[in-house]
Amino acid sequence: MSQVALTGRATTSRRRSTTSKSGASWGSPTTYLVATVLISICMAPVLYIIIGGFRSNSQITVNPSGWPDPWVLTNYTSVLTSSLFWQQFGNSMISAVSTTVAAVALALMASFVIARYSFAGRNAMYALFAAGLMFPMTVAITPLYLLVKNLGLTNNLLGVILPQIAFALPTTVIILVPFLAAIPKELEEAASIDGASRLGFFFRMVLPLSLPGVITTGILVFIGAWNGYLLPLFILNDSKQYTLPLGVQSFSSEHSVDTAAVLAFTSLSMIPALVFFSIFERRIVGGLTGAVKG
Amino acid sequence: MSDSVTTLPQRSSRSGSGRGDAHKASPRSDRARADWRKRFEIAILSGPAIVMFLAFVIFPVFMAAYYGFFRWKGFGVPTNFIGFQNYVAIFNDPNFREALMHNGFILVMSLVMQGPAAVAFALLLNQNIRGRSLIRVLIFVPYVISEVIVGTGWGLMLQYTGAVNDMLTNMGLGAFAHDWIADPNIAIWTLMVIISWKYIGFAVILMLAGIQGIPEELYEAAAIDGASYWQIQRWITLPLLGPTIRVWAFLSIIGSLQLFDLVYIIWGQYVASTAGTSTMATYMVREGRLAGNYGFGNAVAVVIFVISLAIALTYQRLVLRRDTAGALTEAPGKKQN
Repeated sequence: MSQVALTGRATTSRRRSTTSKSGASWGSPTTYLVATVLISICMAPVLYIIIGGFRSNSQITVNPSGWPDPWVLTNYTSVLTSSLFWQQFGNSMISAVSTTVAAVALALMASFVIARYSFAGRNAMYALFAAGLMFPMTVAITPLYLLVKNLGLTNNLLGVILPQIAFALPTTVIILVPFLAAIPKELEEAASIDGASRLGFFFRMVLPLSLPGVITTGILVFIGAWNGYLLPLFILNDSKQYTLPLGVQSFSSEHSVDTAAVLAFTSLSMIPALVFFSIFERRIVGGLTGAVKG
Repeated sequence: MSDSVTTLPQRSSRSGSGRGDAHKASPRSDRARADWRKRFEIAILSGPAIVMFLAFVIFPVFMAAYYGFFRWKGFGVPTNFIGFQNYVAIFNDPNFREALMHNGFILVMSLVMQGPAAVAFALLLNQNIRGRSLIRVLIFVPYVISEVIVGTGWGLMLQYTGAVNDMLTNMGLGAFAHDWIADPNIAIWTLMVIISWKYIGFAVILMLAGIQGIPEELYEAAAIDGASYWQIQRWITLPLLGPTIRVWAFLSIIGSLQLFDLVYIIWGQYVASTAGTSTMATYMVREGRLAGNYGFGNAVAVVIFVISLAIALTYQRLVLRRDTAGALTEAPGKKQN
């Protein structure tokens, strides 16, 4: 019964952001005008890339800012039938998915310890991860490259994945700790009265209840890994091992004359992150709200 | 998030101590075994994350500090210890000083260009209107796509024969057409436009999340007291949005100091001072890895880190401290209500 009460409480805190489903109304024209302006600013360059992929090179040369006339599909079909694109797509998928799963799992376990156990090194552990926000990959990249080289993992996706997991941990821990700390202690007591161990409590109660935070951090990690550039640039040196960002760059320097093909390759490579993000958009705003409120 | 950056969120410490009491109170025949079990759980749960973090984040950072004292080409163990010579060379290099100036410019301009715009957009969009979810997705798109895509797309659009100049010409503004990327006098402004475009959506979403954290009761009370829309925004939303704005500014400052991807992708082949957009990070990659001077590159990394850390700590002391103090003194009472 306490579980019902808690889930009820967890959703009310989030309700303010999701009432739009039932209680949405048409806003004032000014609001829509502002929204339209902002959206056109944000979307115009993206649409330029996507639509440009439907034009031919001569169309682009003659009229750089024009509309496709006629619409050309060959750019997209030739990218979609090239094995290199799919190879790099697969590499990106492997890298992003395994980074996300591992980073969120490790961070969730560590955050659970920080949020729910009282022990001497607890504050130090939190400070360690918080300090990690100050250690960006840019600073560590050269020794990181040497470390990966000594592990024999250069030109290997694992050499990208392992550091990505480690660098994703600070943000993930910082966002997850408040979520786990917010689970009322009464619930844990109830669970322990019912005979659940603390680990049982972790799997039965904490995992489901912290799902919004898990999804938020999962999306952030996934997008970060999918878009990662600096690390793959140092670690991977064979186009068969490239992730898509490197693939896009090498494609665009190899085909610098073939602008239309570059645009098609580029727009296809952004689809997964966009799809992934738009599915979970509502969750990410909710998760950030929780994190900002601290 | 503001207080969580500096100290543990106090909700957790409260529940932590509360749970500790419960633990003491509960009858346990064999406390010792329970303690051992607890330590085992802590080790199993937090061990993997800590090991990964130490191995791939902390260790490389310390190695960077170590390598920075050597003249070293990256082969074998560094032996040619040269003390602070790398650091002296860095600060005597006009190219580095120029890169540092660029970082400073980007830092200030990012705050000035994105901050007010993001707050304004968030205030105007914070309404329970139809299509809100779609609006948010579309605003967030530039933040979600990778720097490489942004760089490639904008690079093509801003070429001298690209879409932007073509549109200007078509609108009869051909006089304003520039070589946006290759002209070193305006390249940094071009970079600022691209950066603002890429990160404004993130700022707006963050501000919207902050606005939603403001208790509804305050608005109701203000409305009952007869406050106008603008009065409410000025005296309730803006002050209470302060913590969010300060956290955003913090993230923006750190990002500006570490900027690499966009500059390297768009201006890669010119990153030397000729393009007018070099940053400390592109300087590091060019002078370090590409030139084969690994010791020197690591010293640059340390300089970037120390500058970022100094600015971050100062900022936390002067600005974020206010939020932490507020959270500790006022929040509990507020939450009780």
